[in-house]
Amino acid sequence: MVTVVHPNLTDTDAKMSARDVSVFYGEKKAIDNVSIDIPTKYVTAFIGPSGCGKSTFLRTLNRMNDTIPSARVEGEIMLDGEDIYRSGMDVVQLRARVGMVFQKPNPFPKSIYENIAYGPKIHGLAESKDELDAVVEKSLRRAGLWEEVKDRLQDSGTALSGGQQQRLCIARAIAVDPEVILMDEPCSALDPIATAKIEELIDDLNGRYAIVIVTHSMQQAARVSQRTAFFHLGKMVEYGRTSDIFTNPLEQRTQDYITGRYG
Amino acid sequence: MSPTLLLLLALGLGLAGWLAARARAWSFRRASPDGRLASLPSYHAWYVALWIVLPVVIFVAAWSAIAPGLVTQAVLASPAADQLPAFGFQRQTILNEARAVATGAAQGVFNPLANEFVEPYRQAIGKYNWIGIIVTVLIAFLGGVWAFLRLKPDFAARNRVEKIVMAILLGASLVAILTTLGIFVSLVFETIRFFGMVNPIDFLFGTHWGPDPMANAANPDPTRYGAIPLFWGTLFIGAIIAMIVAIPLGLMSAIYLTQYANPKLRAWVKPALEILAGVPTVVYGYFAALTIAPAIRDFAISLGASSASSESALAAGLVMGVMIIPFVSSMADDSIAAVPQAMRDGSLAMGATTNETIRRVLVPAALPGIVAGVMLAVSRAIGETMIVVMAASTAANLSANPLESMTTVTVQIVAMLTGEGSFDHPATLSAFALGFVLFLVTLGLNFIALRVVKRFREAYE
Ligand SMILES: Nc1ncnc2c1ncn2[C@@H]1O[C@H](COP(=O)(O)OP(=O)(O)OP(=O)(O)O)[C@@H](O)[C@H]1O
Ligand SMILES: [Mg+2]
Repeated sequence: MVTVVHPNLTDTDAKMSARDVSVFYGEKKAIDNVSIDIPTKYVTAFIGPSGCGKSTFLRTLNRMNDTIPSARVEGEIMLDGEDIYRSGMDVVQLRARVGMVFQKPNPFPKSIYENIAYGPKIHGLAESKDELDAVVEKSLRRAGLWEEVKDRLQDSGTALSGGQQQRLCIARAIAVDPEVILMDEPCSALDPIATAKIEELIDDLNGRYAIVIVTHSMQQAARVSQRTAFFHLGKMVEYGRTSDIFTNPLEQRTQDYITGRYG
Repeated sequence: MSPTLLLLLALGLGLAGWLAARARAWSFRRASPDGRLASLPSYHAWYVALWIVLPVVIFVAAWSAIAPGLVTQAVLASPAADQLPAFGFQRQTILNEARAVATGAAQGVFNPLANEFVEPYRQAIGKYNWIGIIVTVLIAFLGGVWAFLRLKPDFAARNRVEKIVMAILLGASLVAILTTLGIFVSLVFETIRFFGMVNPIDFLFGTHWGPDPMANAANPDPTRYGAIPLFWGTLFIGAIIAMIVAIPLGLMSAIYLTQYANPKLRAWVKPALEILAGVPTVVYGYFAALTIAPAIRDFAISLGASSASSESALAAGLVMGVMIIPFVSSMADDSIAAVPQAMRDGSLAMGATTNETIRRVLVPAALPGIVAGVMLAVSRAIGETMIVVMAASTAANLSANPLESMTTVTVQIVAMLTGEGSFDHPATLSAFALGFVLFLVTLGLNFIALRVVKRFREAYE
């Protein structure tokens, strides 16, 4: 069965595009022939029942699957028209361009400042201490965390609240000035207020970065995203404008899932 | 009758109790309407058996301590005792000879008077043997009957057995703790005796070591009891040279094993590395003395060093470093592996290479555990004796040249205790003071290391 792509989806500027991507863990096929265009200017949400392969597919987009020995990827994934799985691709550079935020906040056990400065340092993005300070401040401001932490930049990042930690991780990802930010259930470990802050932040970042977010919350997908892809059993069932997917799904399984009939 | 036989007797009685109790529990079980008991029959059996054996074990331990005294008393009460010399060596010799003949350990006596006591000894020993056996049987019987009478269909034998087992385990662990305490106390006593003869200041801060076991014990020369050269030798060999070898090698192998090695290789290399910890230290000692030390000497001579000795601090330190690699690497391995995968993913997702991730995230995060491992390794190294006995030397030497011979605290402990001095000579007693210092230092290191590890464990929970 092929993916149903809504006909009114006329995005022309795809930041990333996957063509016939399948992912295997050993012999097991976790993603089956997925093709999708991820637009530059919008937030794209991946939804679907647990175990359908959302995280797996997300991780193929910055080759984080390389860290799992048994994982194998087939097909093509383009970033600005360039195949990221071609031999000779610099994975380190790729990950600087396609950043990632994880489900559980994972700040390094270092100071807040060092957490943000980490990426710029390893990629040599700042020439001097002043420049680095500026990058740290800019990233924290964009992540809406500056006011809360500006007086305690030397405190440990792990001493922040969960929501603050997650924004710190987003700031950390922003600090290397990526083009795409992948977020895997960034709010699932947070309370509603912290979640609202992150959603607000995603709204702010929208347009500046291409954002892909995996979420289990239909409301969240509806609130923050403009494009939604529904995954089921390793396949991408339906892809379209978020408003269309939620109000006017073309597939029965999508309909069932968003109305809470399974998943 | 020897304690062994009494214990065997108790075991036999215990077995009987076990069988009887099990039979009884089965009969309860057959009689009960639903065929169920609060506890399985085997728990009833164990309950009774334990109540038979444990009191007997305690009795036998106490009995074997007091029975010889009772026997001697009985012998001294015999009419022949009037002829014994009142005190001293000879009296004791006579009694011992008589006892030896009475128990069959000797055929005849040197001292004719001893013959008088053989028969009293025989009688007394026989009497107390019988008393021992009777009391044993009595205790076993009372314990067994008492426990047996408590058996009922709803008796919670299982919980009782659990409690008894717990008490036994507690007793076992107390043995270790009390032994440590006993060692410590005896060490303290001898150390205090030593410090009564030699001023602690002279001992701890003096820079010349050369106790003379033949000198007048009453008036030791304090300038010969300066332990600084020993402390220095210990630190230099165990904490400096050995660590220069062990820290980088241990850490790098831990990093390789946790981050780069594929699981198959890891399954081989890790145990192989840990085997190093199981090699007897005396074997390392041969290796240091016969292979490494001469090689270092030849090498030093070829470089033109004049003072090269075949017993160098370097040889001992290098081999000791190799010996403690597993201590460093297994602690480092554990603590690096304990850093959450999320940390590693976070760094890789920022575009860091594995190497950058290790240097900037994993090792700093695992540092407390790594440091703790190093401290345990240091405490192991400075307490190590065999390698330095074989490869370093016994001459105290305050020098920073690793090619010179040096000695350590442990080597001097051995040298002083096996020296010619009498036991209460300050030269001999200095071994206890040295041991005491070593004990305190290693205890401190272990204590800090364990605290650090504990804090570290909590950090990720
Ligand atoms: N490291 C792995 N090794 C083997 N199989 C894996 C691995 N990770 C995921 N899988 C399998 O791949 C499938 C997809 O998993 P994935 O984590 O991508 O699902 P998901 O949609 O993100 O689920 P959730 O919503 O619960 O996070 C599952 O069947 C899972 O068991
Ligand atoms: Mg997932």
